[in-house]
Amino acid sequence: MYIIVVGAGKVGWNLTRELLEKEHEVTVIESNRRRYLTVEQELEHNVQYGDASELWVLERAGIQRADMVIAVTGDDEDNMLICQVAREKYLVGQVIARVNNPRNREHFELLGIRPTVSATDLILRLIEHEVPEYGLVHLLDLQEEQLEIIEMLLGQDCGVTGRRVGDLQMPDGSLLISVLRDGKGFVPSADTVLEVGDEVLAVLDPGKEDDLKALFGPAGNGALGNGG
Amino acid sequence: MFILIVGCGRVGSSVARSMLREGHEVSCLDEDPESHARLEVGLEKSWEDLGGQFTVGAGLETDALVAAGIDQADAFIASTDGDNTNIVIAQIAQRRYRVPTVIARILDPLRAEWYQRQGVHTICPTRVAIDMLESAVREGAPREAA
Repeated sequence: MYIIVVGAGKVGWNLTRELLEKEHEVTVIESNRRRYLTVEQELEHNVQYGDASELWVLERAGIQRADMVIAVTGDDEDNMLICQVAREKYLVGQVIARVNNPRNREHFELLGIRPTVSATDLILRLIEHEVPEYGLVHLLDLQEEQLEIIEMLLGQDCGVTGRRVGDLQMPDGSLLISVLRDGKGFVPSADTVLEVGDEVLAVLDPGKEDDLKALFGPAGNGALGNGG
Repeated sequence: MFILIVGCGRVGSSVARSMLREGHEVSCLDEDPESHARLEVGLEKSWEDLGGQFTVGAGLETDALVAAGIDQADAFIASTDGDNTNIVIAQIAQRRYRVPTVIARILDPLRAEWYQRQGVHTICPTRVAIDMLESAVREGAPREAA
């Protein structure tokens, strides 16, 4: 596969190295001369110098035959437009864009650029995962399918432990899909009784998180944890 | 007509003044509060006293665009100093806010041409300069030869 990576910062450089190790053909484009010269010492002919938002720079890198373009510069506008041009002008089959400011994600969507990867979002998710009292971990957004998958750890104060799954009033548009207990996962039946320490996975329509939080929250106040 | 101009440099501020003088409602959005001063160059009263609107903010921020009145804009001009910003915000104005007239200033002739074909109305000052220079040379050359 021929892959063009735009931006040889930490992300782009490491990504290029990994992709080369996986025996892909890769060109990384870097617009900062000094950075280019640094990276070039290791990547040699796999790195090109230039501003990839200019069409001729992309063409020089062989975008016409690229199977994938990954834009990971520190500038959201650049990433958006490089992906837009790659897809719409050069008909590149697969584009991936890095979102630096999560607030710009809506603009990427407006221009039809997906998937997008946001380090800030990933780190936020990681924090949610590492801070148990937050209670609810966002595992996956299936944007095109309009679904989310979340994980909840049932604590001591959780309102649903000791109850049958079949007795839970699950909000419309949500479904318990698996329970992890003692390191093993299984699909719950209506007769499964939830226990303290269970990790449950639920699939849900976007926006149903709060309903689920209320249901799985501590008995009494109806909310899960205090948000850390 | 309500005209929103994002990017109030030499080009944006000049267009803003002309449009206001012609009796249009004009709103300017710029990241740099100082650009308000450029707007008032040669004006007898302050920009606001003459009916103009000025908002400080980035063109990519939805909140700033809304505060500057993009919802009621009849025309949208993207004239910041960045090609990429102009192309992105012009498409936002067109696709999300359905502004009837959207014009983007793009310095890079190759991209100006391609986006023009994609339905973004582009003005390319570089192209204009190239054409003018070329015809100036052509017109000048025969006289030299003669």
